[in-house]
Amino acid sequence: MSVRQSLLAILSEGSQYGYQLRHEFEVRTGRTWPINIGQVYTTLNRLVRDGLVEEAERGEDGSVNYRLTYSGREEVERWWGTPVDRQAPNRDEVAIKVALAATAPGVDAFAVIHRQKAETLRVLQGYTKEKRSLPDPVQGDALARQLVLDHLIFVAEAEARWLDLVEQRLRAR
Amino acid sequence: MSVEARSTEPAALPDRRPVLLSLNDAARVHGEGTAVPVRALNGVSLEVRVGELVAVMGPSGSGKSTLLHLAGGLDTPTSGDVVVDGVSIAGLSVKARAALRRRSVGYVFQDLNLVPALTAAENVMLPRELDGVGTRQARLEAREALREVGVEDLFDRFPEEMSGGQQQRVAIARALVGPRRLVLADEPTGALDSLTGEAIMKVLRARVDEGAAGLLVTHDAQHAAWADRVVFLRDGKMVESAAGSRIS
Repeated sequence: MSVRQSLLAILSEGSQYGYQLRHEFEVRTGRTWPINIGQVYTTLNRLVRDGLVEEAERGEDGSVNYRLTYSGREEVERWWGTPVDRQAPNRDEVAIKVALAATAPGVDAFAVIHRQKAETLRVLQGYTKEKRSLPDPVQGDALARQLVLDHLIFVAEAEARWLDLVEQRLRAR
Repeated sequence: MSVEARSTEPAALPDRRPVLLSLNDAARVHGEGTAVPVRALNGVSLEVRVGELVAVMGPSGSGKSTLLHLAGGLDTPTSGDVVVDGVSIAGLSVKARAALRRRSVGYVFQDLNLVPALTAAENVMLPRELDGVGTRQARLEAREALREVGVEDLFDRFPEEMSGGQQQRVAIARALVGPRRLVLADEPTGALDSLTGEAIMKVLRARVDEGAAGLLVTHDAQHAAWADRVVFLRDGKMVESAAGSRIS
């Protein structure tokens, strides 16, 4: 879903070739979620099928320049105008594993929690280290990476806090 | 690359940076000999070297504050030893510990860091003047310390004229003015918003990188992640954490 909407959003700034779209997506999201070119073309084909994108022109080498249709433009407006649906929680392996460990016979839930917390903190240190290495002041492409890193840091921190709380709850039983 | 070149990679060398703080099996029991002695800290060993920032995490009552008090010579261990800047504090008199603190240790707390009636410069000069350093020299050192944390322009301002983040920068300057190289920080970003908190961690990290050593007590994983190592305390003991939690 997010790749589809992101490509539409980028196309709303002007027509693009597939490889340009891929590059633009990666740079503008801090190179955090690499996508392969096949995924870009598969998505573009679906967008063409759904009438949101059309061919603007075709180069001599056969490469296609894509642009938004009127419906595509409306779809982008709708995306910016509505919050991302958070009703259905993501299936999070850590949450599932810890919840199961708490009640699984013969499993040391505290050990599961400690190992996970050490891992979460290790990852958090890695993100923080990268953030420290960004140019100061942050500008250009690095801004996207900084914003995404901030997000990853907050998510990891929330997970560490949650693991603390789980441990406290289990100890209080 | 030759085999020789690979075998001399820095990672293979032992850490030769001077140890500024070491706790050796340090324990602190409150009410020893009474019916219910409380083991606030139970045999903790830890080293902090120059250039290192170590974070201590753990739930309330896990011994974090006791650890910090021992590290700063505010309290002495009931067994084991604590060595600050090469001096063992176990056998020191109260007066000698106070002198060691003034010479080697700086503190940054969550709040109430600065004396409200003194300007930024005067706050930073205070510990140096208590050390017997002349006013002129103390002013020079204060200016340099404030410059290092990026608030030289606050030199003549009073704490109430500063934002929380500016006050914490001044507090870090005061903690590391003159020869002090061990900074003990207790939730230094506690009352600050995310961006300001990050700026404070940046300053603290930079000062450590430039040749200080830091021990940071926090319950905030985000700030602990600025450290080279994170140690966990529970019930006064250091809880084994995965080897991977050391990243430097």
